[in-house]
Amino acid sequence: MASVTRTARVAQVRDHHRSYGDTAVLQGVDLDIAGGEFVALLGRSGSGKSTLLRSLAGLDASPASEVQVDGRTSVSFQEPRLLPWRRVTENVGLALLSTARPEERARRAATALGEVGLTEKGEEWPLSLSGGQAQRVSLARALVSEPDLLLLDEPFSALDALTRIEMHRLVLQLWARHEPAVLLVTHDVDEALMLADRVLVLDEGRLAHEWTLPTPRHARTPTHPHLSEVREQVLAALGVQTVDQKAAGAA
Amino acid sequence: MSALAPPRAATVRESTGANRTGPSPGRRRRRTPPLSWLRRWVSPLAIVVVWQLLSNAGVIPEQKLASPLQILATARDLVADGTLGSETVVSLQRVGLGFAIGASAGVALAVLAGLSRLGEDAVDPPMQMLRTLPHFGLIPLFIVWLGIGEAPKIALIALGVAFPLYLNTFAGIRSIDRRFLEAARTLHLNRRQRLRHVVVPGAVPQALVGLRQSLGVAWLSLIVAETVSASSGLGYLINHAREFLQTDVIVVGLAVYSILGLVTDAIVRALERKALAWRP
Repeated sequence: MASVTRTARVAQVRDHHRSYGDTAVLQGVDLDIAGGEFVALLGRSGSGKSTLLRSLAGLDASPASEVQVDGRTSVSFQEPRLLPWRRVTENVGLALLSTARPEERARRAATALGEVGLTEKGEEWPLSLSGGQAQRVSLARALVSEPDLLLLDEPFSALDALTRIEMHRLVLQLWARHEPAVLLVTHDVDEALMLADRVLVLDEGRLAHEWTLPTPRHARTPTHPHLSEVREQVLAALGVQTVDQKAAGAA
Repeated sequence: MSALAPPRAATVRESTGANRTGPSPGRRRRRTPPLSWLRRWVSPLAIVVVWQLLSNAGVIPEQKLASPLQILATARDLVADGTLGSETVVSLQRVGLGFAIGASAGVALAVLAGLSRLGEDAVDPPMQMLRTLPHFGLIPLFIVWLGIGEAPKIALIALGVAFPLYLNTFAGIRSIDRRFLEAARTLHLNRRQRLRHVVVPGAVPQALVGLRQSLGVAWLSLIVAETVSASSGLGYLINHAREFLQTDVIVVGLAVYSILGLVTDAIVRALERKALAWRP
């Protein structure tokens, strides 16, 4: 199964433009995402990362000639966006509202909650959860519908460092189990290098740079030679000066 | 005795914190000790006792205000001969009908205005202009239009009820976090499902504020309408008693008004507890 889904293309973006008022945000983005592929999208604040994600999510209408997604999408946002007036299980089940009967919804929602380790929180109200727990519920809700493309909009940036590490592991685990294509929008270079098959940098409204990471994830350490090389290149593409460059500039 | 003083002082402090109305953080955590609950009844009872003594001594003439015991006896008689019951039912029917009409209109208009820009442009301006109009001021017009029967009373109640419900429900719908609606779209909920799972529950807290206000207005409107003209109902009972200086009957009628108000308030509070259970 895995080899079949990985060959199919899930999303295709061609010469995509978008502007807010007079500000052009996306100026001709081209992007293909293959089935089951994990793509990280980096960029400085205001570079249009989230705008591209919104186009793929169908939140901002785009012409079919520019943005085309085959299959089901789902989104997990920076804030979990759980409906506070629906219990945790019901929140997860919302993703199945049009596709499954109530009993099946409850069963699949419970399974999804189990996958994120929150079986016992099913009957709680979302406002009683911690930030990390709520974000895990949000992930369960995004995955319970078995999406072909999972869009993650900086989902870990509001979490503390330790919770974030746990979430990274959980996301990889869930990705391996459900095999959706993933587009992770983030401003965290190390996060991108830990998780993704492919890293993209959005600059001046275009996807200017791209790195493929063949290293298996268990071997990805901060000292890995290829990764640390890519890390420097990504930081440079983002316009971050390294210590050496700063020293050279000062001299 | 001195050994008893500190804990008793602490009890008093706790009781004042626990009995404050409205959502205070201490309300759920602290239990009111039974003793302090009793203490709060001391001063009201004292007032009633002094009132009775003053009546007995002739300081308060019966024509101005009957004594508590007299009022109790009259209440018993009015209950026994069925007068109080039947007049209360008449008043309850007026409030019920007026509230049903006003609430339906208020909520329907709020939904219309809340869910579409066109609806808002059509409905909201006249509603905002009319809401400043004191609705009791319309009584003369209502009498001209509808006579002095049941219709003007019910119209007055309905009008009073419609505005707080409209304003609050409309505000409730419009204050829904757009991010929830966006999340619902990413979950592929259709318009009807978004209404059911996001818009309606999201608007409920503010709509309940409107419900509480509108019920208060409903009782007030009933009293005013029945005082202006009535040939039945609690207001009639009171007005009729006024002509014969039966202050005991007047007080009984007023007591029933306030009991009915308290009961509806308790119902709304129970409703709020159930509907807003998701709030921490």
